[in-house]
Amino acid sequence: MSVLGTRVVRIEDPRLLTTGATYVDDLRIPQLAGAAFVTYVRSPLAHARITGIDVSAAAEAPGVVAVFTANDLDDVPPPPADNPLAEPLLAKDVVRYVGEPVAMVITETRAQGEDAVELVAVDYEPLDAVVDVEEAAKDEVLLFPEAGTNIVAPNGPEEFDDAPFAECEVVIERTFRNQRVAPVPMEVRSAAAAWDGERVTVWSSNQNAQTTRMIIAGGLGVEPDKVRVITPDVGGGFGAKIGVDRDTVLVAWAARRLGRAVRWTETRSESLIAMQHGRAQVHKVKLGGNRDGKILAYRMDFMQDAGAYPRVGPLLANFTTLMVPAVYEIPTVQIRSKVVLTNTTPVGAYRGAGRPEATATIERLVDIFADEIGMDPAEVRRRNLIPADKFPYTTATGLVYDSGEYVKALDRVLEAAGYEELRAEQERRRAAGDTKLLGIGLSSYVEVTALDFPNGETGRVVIHRDGSATVYTGSHTQGQGHATSWAMIVQDQLGIPMDKVTVIHGDTDAIPVGTGTYASRSLQVGGIAVHECAVKIKEQARELAARELEADPADLVLDTDSGAWHVQGVPGTKLDWARLAELAGEDGLTADVHFKPSRPTFPFGAHLAVVEVDTETGLVRLVRHISLDDAGPLINPILAEGQRHGGIAQGVAQALYEEMAYDAEGNPVTASLADYSMISAAELPSFELLTMETPTDVNPLGVKGIGEAGTIGATPAVQNAVVDALSHLGVRHIEMPATPERVWKAINEARGSEKRAAQ
Amino acid sequence: MKVTITVNGKETSAEVEDRTLLVHYLRDVLNLTATNVGCDTTTCGACTVLLDGESVKSCTVLAAQADGREVTTVEGLAGEDGTMHPVQKAFHEQHGLQCGFCTPGMVMATVSLLKENPRPTEEQVRAGLEGNLCRCTGYHNIVKAVLAAAEETA
Repeated sequence: MSVLGTRVVRIEDPRLLTTGATYVDDLRIPQLAGAAFVTYVRSPLAHARITGIDVSAAAEAPGVVAVFTANDLDDVPPPPADNPLAEPLLAKDVVRYVGEPVAMVITETRAQGEDAVELVAVDYEPLDAVVDVEEAAKDEVLLFPEAGTNIVAPNGPEEFDDAPFAECEVVIERTFRNQRVAPVPMEVRSAAAAWDGERVTVWSSNQNAQTTRMIIAGGLGVEPDKVRVITPDVGGGFGAKIGVDRDTVLVAWAARRLGRAVRWTETRSESLIAMQHGRAQVHKVKLGGNRDGKILAYRMDFMQDAGAYPRVGPLLANFTTLMVPAVYEIPTVQIRSKVVLTNTTPVGAYRGAGRPEATATIERLVDIFADEIGMDPAEVRRRNLIPADKFPYTTATGLVYDSGEYVKALDRVLEAAGYEELRAEQERRRAAGDTKLLGIGLSSYVEVTALDFPNGETGRVVIHRDGSATVYTGSHTQGQGHATSWAMIVQDQLGIPMDKVTVIHGDTDAIPVGTGTYASRSLQVGGIAVHECAVKIKEQARELAARELEADPADLVLDTDSGAWHVQGVPGTKLDWARLAELAGEDGLTADVHFKPSRPTFPFGAHLAVVEVDTETGLVRLVRHISLDDAGPLINPILAEGQRHGGIAQGVAQALYEEMAYDAEGNPVTASLADYSMISAAELPSFELLTMETPTDVNPLGVKGIGEAGTIGATPAVQNAVVDALSHLGVRHIEMPATPERVWKAINEARGSEKRAAQ
Repeated sequence: MKVTITVNGKETSAEVEDRTLLVHYLRDVLNLTATNVGCDTTTCGACTVLLDGESVKSCTVLAAQADGREVTTVEGLAGEDGTMHPVQKAFHEQHGLQCGFCTPGMVMATVSLLKENPRPTEEQVRAGLEGNLCRCTGYHNIVKAVLAAAEETA
């Protein structure tokens, strides 16, 4: 029986539970013995000219090995002249956000570094800062005067065609903010570097060793083969540890300059202001439809706040653009986007990266439309969802949705939630004048996973003479459980038991080519590469076994229960994997595959959130969350559930609690976990998960990605639930996060207008 | 100053700066690196250990305050033969961890919670773990693990 689809507990856990994982800051290895410690001097101002830096006092402080500023970076390639928006390694003339690295202090101990950075005197001449993305788009304050504009990547038509909306019975126009959030991996950014002659080894907390290697080599101006990157255990990434920041490149640089190993681990406050943020979009939207519930036209004109440097801002806007049409059949879809620089921390990928934003907005609009025409929001969705018989479905943005059962997903969620009873309970509470109102929120979603599909992934499987196997993968784990899944795939194909399969990743010497883990790509690209390796090995083994047993290869059978080959009908004479590895001789039994999927895949689902809103205080409590997330067949349901749970919590957190906020001068006001309201166990119920498995034809296992599903589905369901609880009072929208203050104000404004109407 | 602290049953001693925190004593002096630092504000709980059997966040306890006392970290929880503590076992079986960074603190907080309240309700577990943040699991399976461990040990 195949191990695939069974609930296998993780093989990586016992180590993590008893001796702890080995994150970069935990490394106690000879190469890093006596390593000096890096502490960054970061800009306290959002926008300023640097007029001088005096490092003399710091240089004299106890334990200080060196203090470096931009002027010391004379041996690295200059920023490309054709890119006026290039991000320097250390700020030289101008700082553009609070937290930008300005100087680095190297000390014998971490504590000495914290003391010494206080002694670096930087003279700043403040410049006007622009924090709000809509203000920044006016180009009155420029981050890069030489570029002449803050707008990086405008996309879409100059003028929109209003005719399709003129034919609609109902037209809604709104502006929604998808607030800026912090990814907050529990392990902050951390790196260490040690040179051995001309070659450096860099240990980095990162989602992809190979990209990190290219960036570090480029940053230092050395050939990639002079750089080895090791990404040991990684304590969460959520997209924020893709690629590598200048802070890490500088660690490698400082180790070279000093001829000494160097290490760096940021503090949580540094992480909150200097590690990239997520989301940060403003959507101006228009939706038109008829009173029969049919949506006819949809327009999204949006801005992506990129923060102070463009980085992947254009990519995020592109992802949102692609997903604007969402799960609905809409005859007219119009899209325009701008990526805009502001004096804030740069924005990058965060769980879903551009896709949750698209879903959040249309799901909010569908509810407003339903309210406007007096139709149940579930019914409006049902009338507009792409029907199952239309797949593969080509969207207005040119994507081809591979497979989907959107109506079924929605109906199953409604049924499991007891939708009718919930509505009845809601009505009862309203009628009784209860101060704890019930809100029911829905979302239907589709997402794109492995959107970087032309990027393949490396797999290598080696069978050893003791019958064990080693898997090398260019994919990476920051908690997803690759060691277990990849071992299951090998066991399924070859019958080598999981406990005899070792999975190796995150070392560029062992796996020079790899793309890593992001965009829910791991299983459907990296996992399939491993699967294809196993298939290849099976064919090699078949030939070897046939030769040994003097049989026709077609007559050879692999019994995956025992992991041994025999001739069909002759089960007595067997060859196990140890024997086959021996028969393979010097060359060994090895397969290498670089798997490239032909297309991305499109997981989908529906979520229903039930909230209680306290009308006295504005406090919202999530009481139930039901989700159906269909990502095709599950390799290991436990792992898939874990991904969904984590995603839902992050989605709920965006809807209700989390926001990375700045004051008007660009000072971050949520720069510690005491201020940034990360969600805890106390705010959440246990989730109710439903399963459905609609396979894709893009890969041989039929699998899609599951890493971001929960986040995409949960946020709008919860936001919709909050508004739904108060809709009878006339509340039509509440921005995220729906904090008690915002909710309370919305209630009071609605009641105020009620009173005015009565007068 | 010199401190003497019994850690996981073994007496340890070292000369430390007055300002040395217990977590840094564990990590940097004893090389017991399972206990992690996740924030600067005693908010996340990744550094939770037991001090004389009570859970504390070791990033806000000075090594000096632990002088002459007993500390238990997750490294000291399993049996001599490597048999996992019921709480560790429950976290494993219920998939109560993903990246593993919050896990040592979560496990130690759970040990302490179950000592105070051997049969907690789900709500009590959630309230009891409020000071330990996890970004991966959505807490769902952590709560299940705590309830399973309670069942096992009660």
